[in-house]
Amino acid sequence: MWQWFHRLGSPRWFYQTSGKWLPWLSVLAAVLLSVGVIWGLGFAPEDAKQGNSFRIIYIHVPASFLALAGYYVMAVAGAVGLIWKMKLADMVMKSAAPIGAILTFVALVTGSIWGKPTWGAYWIWDARITSMLVLFFLYLGVIALQYSYTSQDAASKASAVLSLVGMVNIPIIYKSVDWWYTLHQPATIKFTGAPAMHPDMFHPLLVMILGFYCFYAVALILNTRVEILHRERRTRWVQDMSLKAQEGQT
Amino acid sequence: MFQFGSLSEFIQMDGHGPYVWAAYLISLLALLWLVVSPLYRKRKLMQEIVRQQRREVARRQNANTTKSTSQE
Repeated sequence: MWQWFHRLGSPRWFYQTSGKWLPWLSVLAAVLLSVGVIWGLGFAPEDAKQGNSFRIIYIHVPASFLALAGYYVMAVAGAVGLIWKMKLADMVMKSAAPIGAILTFVALVTGSIWGKPTWGAYWIWDARITSMLVLFFLYLGVIALQYSYTSQDAASKASAVLSLVGMVNIPIIYKSVDWWYTLHQPATIKFTGAPAMHPDMFHPLLVMILGFYCFYAVALILNTRVEILHRERRTRWVQDMSLKAQEGQT
Repeated sequence: MFQFGSLSEFIQMDGHGPYVWAAYLISLLALLWLVVSPLYRKRKLMQEIVRQQRREVARRQNANTTKSTSQE
């Protein structure tokens, strides 16, 4: 019964299976993102209050979503690695950290650019923005821990613990717009009830969010595959594959 | 329906153009980096693995020849 679990933990199995999914996921991500960007930039109606600057929402919200979802991925992978000593989970955690950091960075930068024409300032110490900045530093902390140990096992353990402790920040980010009602607008999309947005504006946003999810999967798989090759570089299958790839190039 | 009358209106976006386009451009570069960097690292790593393999094969052959010459 546990066979699938062990197979899932096999880096080689993951490398081969993910290789089959990658082209499809990449095409799906590219199509969704292209459609979403064109729709959001050119065809969604202008916002009555904010004008055209609101079009930044089509990258700001999806990037923020994935910055948070990426943190779950990292923390859950870290926990699995800690509890079951699964090597693949450690690799996923390590790969998720820089992707999450960059997506958080995108969320912060696009939010900051959006803030200028809307609030009149690039940056303010609003609760939502500050907690997102903390998220960014948590990601950076995990990345730094990965490189501050000579033993990979110790690095994985320390990063996993930091990721799990950092989970307390996640509900704070979600609730920040309700607890401290300052400048950042409340959530546009809610899990309960209708979105606070006209369908003509909401549909392209939905496409962008789906596109970002697919993109995240592609980026995570690509980064994890490199990590697998690096850690398994002494094994037969990686050496044979590298040799074959090299011969194919020359 | 396309919201803008002309291409220049689309680029200017009623004065919000610089903000909107800067945000989209920065995001595009960030996302591209996330895909290009692992692909580049994978290529480098595979080249390194093959180099190492060849070095080891050469060393083994060297060791064999020195052994056989010392036996003579």
